[in-house]
Amino acid sequence: MTDSIPNIADMIIEKLLANPKVPRNINADSRIVEDLAFDSLAVMNFVMEIEDTLDVSVPLDKLADIRTINDLASCLHDIKAEQA
Amino acid sequence: MTSGLFDKYASLKKSYESLVEASPRNPFGVVIERPLSATVGIIEGRETLLFGTNNYLGLSQSRHARDAAIETATSMGVGTTGSRIANGTFSLHKKLEKRLSEVFHRKHTMVFSTGYQANLGTISALVNKDDILFLDADSHASIYDGAKLSGAQVIRFRHNDPADLDKRLARTKNSPGARLVIVEGIYSMTGNIAPLKEFVDVKNRHNASLMVDEAHSFGVLGEHGRGVAELQNCEDGVDFVVGTFSKSLGTVGGYCVTDHDEIDLMRLCSRPYMFTASLPPEIIAATLAALEDIQNKPELRTALQRNSTQLHAGLKELGLTTSDFVSPVIAVTLETIPQAITFWNALLEEGVYVNLSLPPATPDNRPLLRCSVMAAHSPEEIAKAVTVFGKVARTLGVIS
Repeated sequence: MTDSIPNIADMIIEKLLANPKVPRNINADSRIVEDLAFDSLAVMNFVMEIEDTLDVSVPLDKLADIRTINDLASCLHDIKAEQA
Repeated sequence: MTSGLFDKYASLKKSYESLVEASPRNPFGVVIERPLSATVGIIEGRETLLFGTNNYLGLSQSRHARDAAIETATSMGVGTTGSRIANGTFSLHKKLEKRLSEVFHRKHTMVFSTGYQANLGTISALVNKDDILFLDADSHASIYDGAKLSGAQVIRFRHNDPADLDKRLARTKNSPGARLVIVEGIYSMTGNIAPLKEFVDVKNRHNASLMVDEAHSFGVLGEHGRGVAELQNCEDGVDFVVGTFSKSLGTVGGYCVTDHDEIDLMRLCSRPYMFTASLPPEIIAATLAALEDIQNKPELRTALQRNSTQLHAGLKELGLTTSDFVSPVIAVTLETIPQAITFWNALLEEGVYVNLSLPPATPDNRPLLRCSVMAAHSPEEIAKAVTVFGKVARTLGVIS
């Protein structure tokens, strides 16, 4: 799997769907807080899981601008590129 | 006319209203009408056992500290009316800083007006936007707020997990800025104790600095009460120790101790140190007296350890879920917020006060009934608290 933004978004969705509380109809445009009902702590903890899969660390200030799964995928893609 | 100022409170208002509806009393509005002793206070007109005050050594009621405060207020007045960098440094502030340096075997101390400000003031003086902070995921709000004030990049690592920190430090090995790791000695919500020696090894491998918040462990752990770093014999590996006077010392205020000589420069760029009034003289005098108590009465720590063991074992034997660490912070984890609210109210009605901690202020999104043990508790008081916990837990079906 390449680390393209769509591939990262697919991986995020797959991980989210492993949680039975997450709605089944999510897609890359789903909003993490509003559509998934994640609070700030849940977002930070979920991002920790993704970080390990991609071997990156996301500074907390970057999370403030993230609204959708696609935003998160894009952020992870950029950090991965910076850390390469 | 508030022009939508409070619109953002809609969701908080809804949560608060449902909490108040589910609870006969506001869990965040408990009034201790007056303390009768360190362990008993009057709440709602009844004598209530206090198991949620962080007053680990009972020194908020120390006669020695009280007398020192009275004498000092009489001779020096009740306030400084100024900042430490203007008219707010009295000889007593310098004396307390010297005394804390001696207690910690360090070269320097900065005293702050609260423990919260000690974290804000130390973190924001040490790092800026070009630097990276590595915070334990379960860090206290004052550490997160200090991080925000500093403008540094913040990377969280898994709670009490040196291997996870190691991985995250490795990922930033090419970053140009300074890297500061922050952990706590005892974690305030769960009572978990940090594997500090392992954190020291990790930060040394990566040439990072380490700050340890010993707010809940100073006066409590270690042969001389210097906290987890002393207990685990790794004080040399800790660059900055931050703490508070409002737990084991029973007063109010905070401190940062270090061997780094740049501390006088930190005083000139730490906004929470500069732009607030300094501690009143009677508080300084009481804190100095409480420090003497901590040093001259090691039996307080022995009693605290014994009492912590008794409460921890009692709650475990009932079948309640607590951390495996035995520390003066013992939290019972419950599954749902309504269950926790009912449990907490029933404890109070039975004469036992503990703290109700609700998500998202708790780790892993579950509510906690947080107890703090004191050296001053008698074995009978602890036994009564355990009995009441058991009675309520059985009534609510938490245990069978």
